[in-house]
Amino acid sequence: MGIEQIPPGWIMILGAALVPLLAGRLKQAWMLFVPAAGLAQLVFLIPDGTGMVASIFEYDLTIVRVDPLARLWGTIFYIAAFLAALYSLQLDDDVQQVSALLYAGSAIGAVFAGDWITLFVYWELTAITSVFLVWASRTERSYHSGVRYLIVQVGSGVLLLAGVVLHVHDTGSLEFSDLGGVTDLATVLIFLAIGIKAAFPFLHNWLPDAYPEATVTGTVWLSTFTTKLAIYALARSFPGEDLLIPIGVAMTAFPIFFAVIENDLRRVLAYSLNNQLGFMVVGIGIGTAASINGAACHAFAHILYKSLLFMSMGAVLFRTGTCKGSELGGLYKSMPWTCAFCIVGAASISAFPLTSGFVSKSIILAEASSEGLALTFLVLLFASAGVFHHSGIKIPYFAFFAHDSKIRVKEAPLNMLIAMGIAAALCIGIGVFPGLLYALLPNQPEHFVPYTVPHVVTQLQLLLWSALAFGVLNWYRIYPPELRSTNLDFDWVYRAGAPAVVGACGRAIQALQTAVLTATRARIVGTIERVHRYHGPHGVLARTSPTGSMALWVAVLLSAILVLYFV
Amino acid sequence: MQETPGGEPPRWLDDFENVRKVYRGLWIVCLVVLFGGQGLLAWAQRRATDAHAAHHGFGFEHWPGFYALFGFIACVALVLAAKELRKLIMRSEDYYGD
Repeated sequence: MGIEQIPPGWIMILGAALVPLLAGRLKQAWMLFVPAAGLAQLVFLIPDGTGMVASIFEYDLTIVRVDPLARLWGTIFYIAAFLAALYSLQLDDDVQQVSALLYAGSAIGAVFAGDWITLFVYWELTAITSVFLVWASRTERSYHSGVRYLIVQVGSGVLLLAGVVLHVHDTGSLEFSDLGGVTDLATVLIFLAIGIKAAFPFLHNWLPDAYPEATVTGTVWLSTFTTKLAIYALARSFPGEDLLIPIGVAMTAFPIFFAVIENDLRRVLAYSLNNQLGFMVVGIGIGTAASINGAACHAFAHILYKSLLFMSMGAVLFRTGTCKGSELGGLYKSMPWTCAFCIVGAASISAFPLTSGFVSKSIILAEASSEGLALTFLVLLFASAGVFHHSGIKIPYFAFFAHDSKIRVKEAPLNMLIAMGIAAALCIGIGVFPGLLYALLPNQPEHFVPYTVPHVVTQLQLLLWSALAFGVLNWYRIYPPELRSTNLDFDWVYRAGAPAVVGACGRAIQALQTAVLTATRARIVGTIERVHRYHGPHGVLARTSPTGSMALWVAVLLSAILVLYFV
Repeated sequence: MQETPGGEPPRWLDDFENVRKVYRGLWIVCLVVLFGGQGLLAWAQRRATDAHAAHHGFGFEHWPGFYALFGFIACVALVLAAKELRKLIMRSEDYYGD
């Protein structure tokens, strides 16, 4: 069997099995080799149109389907896995290393799945393998967060399976493809299942809950796969679904308010990750060939700059032991390279010209504009300004500048710097040569021209004046300071609200039980007392008399009868 | 000037006067991008021979300084709204008790 026969992703999954057997430099080399080998296999050995079918019971499962959409996602997943592996090179923790490779491998497998059953298997695998990256922090907090994460993720899989079973029953088709909109129970269930992983509003809390609790390196792995797998699944199964436009618009807008006041900088990034997903969801919802391209392009660019941002904050956490804006500041003095790479990531997520975000997000905005969606366009514009505000400025400002926290640490380890350096170079490379990425997009030809005078000028005006707003608010001390705090989000409902309701119900039931028991016991005791009174040792009905008195009474009665008889 | 630990030489940004320069510089850059940008946009509009390209997009996009003003107001509104939100949802760090 040649290496081209191994399904994409399985090089990672099989590679994970060897990790515990290796040690030292060999293990480090293996962690880098596995994703690189997977990428090489995908690029050189697996052409478009490759398919692999396996028959299980009476079903033909398309284990592998290769087309441009899957290839784009597979490529960026491998690149991200390689960068994350490089970033985690100093790590020697089998749990994290094995689960990271399994997780990335199953996400890549899912992207190439051609039928719903195969997708479901990988879908659940990504959930189960990734939770160890959260638990690997080995704190009480991360344990609880991981449990919540796992329940939500596995729940998404259960919904997916239920929807798929109904769908296959209704249509007889297993093919993982366009479902033609949210029309019946089957599609509603599948839509919700994907919506959970894509962090739709009210289904999103697992994301800002779990990602910041994962390990320094774990968050970098997590930030890439789960949510973008969901975006891929949406692009496959619900392109042009109108519902996605308001959902995506809401996703771009509401997380930025939370991001502005959040203190944990990795949680700020988690909220901005949610905001970026919104842009992709809108792109898929618009549903034109160009807007699907825009969503795909944005996912590709986003994975790189979001990894880069999580890497830079991870490096800060790794060196200083905290990632809280209230504790940090002035780190540009001791971590200048990390600071520089963070700024590149910040510029990219903000879509500054010459960075990757500019050439990808613009496609979605241009499509919203040409489809005449004025409100959508304005909210996306607001979200663009907002994301620059909290990710573009707040993250680098509070970590590396602001007031000097007097924390003096070493620069990030070399492997982390190289990983960040490559990610930063790719962000700028895509921004400068967008054609290279456009050539990979699923709907060809892609003719979008990002660098026009109006586009560059208006984008610079939007961003720089947003920066000015930050500057003015900060100058006059109106900008809210970073405070140690927990900000309530919708997860309050199940983390505090539901437990409180359940607790109150429990207490009410307990009180009722006590009352019923007391009343019942009182009645039983009363009955026993009454019985005791008449039948007890001194009871009137239990009184005893000597046999002689009975004989006497019988004699008396007999004599009385005799007397009466003769009278 | 901020103090630096361990006799470290002060950096350029440690001098508050230089922070003031950065702040003023930002104002200048923004004004240049606003007015220079409007000039460039007008120039590009005149050069555009394609009538469709010249009148592309929504009407409001062509209001002078729309993007600059929108970005500024959006961010101020965002921050002020988020500050209000804090009153509603901010709790102590160990609110959930883990």
